[in-house]
Amino acid sequence: MATTTLTRPRRRIRLAGWQFVAPFMILFLGAIVAPVIYAVYLSLFRDQLVGGNAFVGLANYVTLLGDEKFWSSLGRVTLFLVIQVPVMLVLGLVAALALDSVRMRWIPFFRIALFLPYAVPGVVAALIWGFMYGSEFGLAGSVNSLLGSDVIEPLSPQWILVAIANIATWQFAGYNMLIFYSALRTVPGELYEAAAIDGASPLRIILSIKLPALRGAIVIAVVFSIIGSFQLFNEPNLLKVLAPNAISSFFTPNLYAYTLSFAGQQYNYSATIAIVMGVLTGVIAYIVQLRGTRSEQR
Amino acid sequence: MTISHAPKRSRMNRKSNLLTAVMILFVIYSVLPLVYLLVNSTKSQGDLLSTFGLGFGGSFDLFSNLSDLFTYDNGIFLQWFANTLLYVVVGAGGATFIATIAGYGIAKFDFTGKKAVFAIVLGSIAIPGTALAVPTFLLFSSVGLTNTPWAVIIPSLVSPFGLYLIWTYAVDAVPQEIIEAARIDGAGEVRIFFSIASRLLAPGIVTVLLFAIVATWNNYFLPLIMLSDPAWYPLTVGLAQWNAQSTGTAADPIQNLVVIGSLITILPIVIAFLFLQRFWQSGLAAGSVK
Repeated sequence: MATTTLTRPRRRIRLAGWQFVAPFMILFLGAIVAPVIYAVYLSLFRDQLVGGNAFVGLANYVTLLGDEKFWSSLGRVTLFLVIQVPVMLVLGLVAALALDSVRMRWIPFFRIALFLPYAVPGVVAALIWGFMYGSEFGLAGSVNSLLGSDVIEPLSPQWILVAIANIATWQFAGYNMLIFYSALRTVPGELYEAAAIDGASPLRIILSIKLPALRGAIVIAVVFSIIGSFQLFNEPNLLKVLAPNAISSFFTPNLYAYTLSFAGQQYNYSATIAIVMGVLTGVIAYIVQLRGTRSEQR
Repeated sequence: MTISHAPKRSRMNRKSNLLTAVMILFVIYSVLPLVYLLVNSTKSQGDLLSTFGLGFGGSFDLFSNLSDLFTYDNGIFLQWFANTLLYVVVGAGGATFIATIAGYGIAKFDFTGKKAVFAIVLGSIAIPGTALAVPTFLLFSSVGLTNTPWAVIIPSLVSPFGLYLIWTYAVDAVPQEIIEAARIDGAGEVRIFFSIASRLLAPGIVTVLLFAIVATWNNYFLPLIMLSDPAWYPLTVGLAQWNAQSTGTAADPIQNLVVIGSLITILPIVIAFLFLQRFWQSGLAAGSVK
């Protein structure tokens, strides 16, 4: 008697827990797990002239290993990652530290003004910057005609990656600033008081209190930035219209996968690229997170 | 004491000016493209191509651009706007509701498999959405869902990050004692959620909703590959198509409509951010303190 009255409500509660989570899990299975499995399945097959759709094992992956287009696209997003992400994060960090210091004025204004680009859709951001980059009619063109020579050519093959990096930095530096700023706000005031009593300089406070407090937020920002860089698609796909000579159909891995699917009907190979990029992103993001948290314990 | 502080304070004020100046440069960088958009939305197609980028054109054409925007191609822009609203209301609204109940479920209930659920969901945050897009397209196409609104709505209903935010929020915002007390009073779990927990979770819910709205409003890659009929396009895909159609050999240059359309596209979301500042700022704080 006593046990049934205790276990019955507990079982009921346990069941209720699943009821709350079930809708999410069902959609999660349908929209994330199923596509992943389907992509793995596709990557093991190939449409052949003779025999039609046939199981080819890991042949698509072997092809990918020797595919220069894939490697050049991967190299490009890696270069992008190595340069753009530090620039963007340092900008966001400096802005957050500036906002957090008591010596700033108009803090709410700066916070919202710098965050505003995040609210702009990536497509619109790429369109606006594309117009500004334009050498014939855009802002770059106006400046060039003012100077009398073609000094600024963001849409040329040499500068296009910088031009894209600038769009991404513009969009997300303020967002990262806010994440850092929010983390700084959680530092207890007593720490600063103690530092002031010890006569610590502002630089010392930044190095010994603020940066350690930001470690978790920085790790998360780095992870999200890695994911974002490897996924690069919107900006090159939109600027392609304006700079067809500078942006090839395999400019980034995603653009390559997209082109293969929708212009080449090579779904199997496209799925292979998606899987390789997904695994690569996951592994690198995981390593960064692991290293970030491990040094935190030290 | 006050005397010894005085010189320090003046030094601080000087620094404040330098910092403020640097930040103003940063602000100029942030708002320059928006200023460009505002200025150029007042130009005709001809002026857009021929006059200085940050200067006004020969005539003030904001209103004629607006009327062109809403009448071009039988007013398809309005259709795109309505589509975006549909995707945002159903997709972002649904994603928020589903993530909220799931986050609450994980935070407040003990059930078998809970740890696994949580690990899988957290891990999935790292899966690049675009890497999934092509396989999702292929899967949806094999079940005949492509080129329907569902192809855009279903994937946007899943928000692992929203679940994570609500989970961290619910741990403190909904005290276990309140739930227990309601259970003793005989309230069912669903009732407890809707009449008690959902109110306590409100600030977290608004944050998740806001971010889901931004994600669906700005969604481009997924609708681009899922939809082939322009009548189902959201604003982002429509604007990109207008831009593509403005250049090339068989060009129908309507860059002035791309500019004014971009302005109309960002206005609602910028206004939403300005009015809901309190919520997204607290939400970011919750997300950053892991």
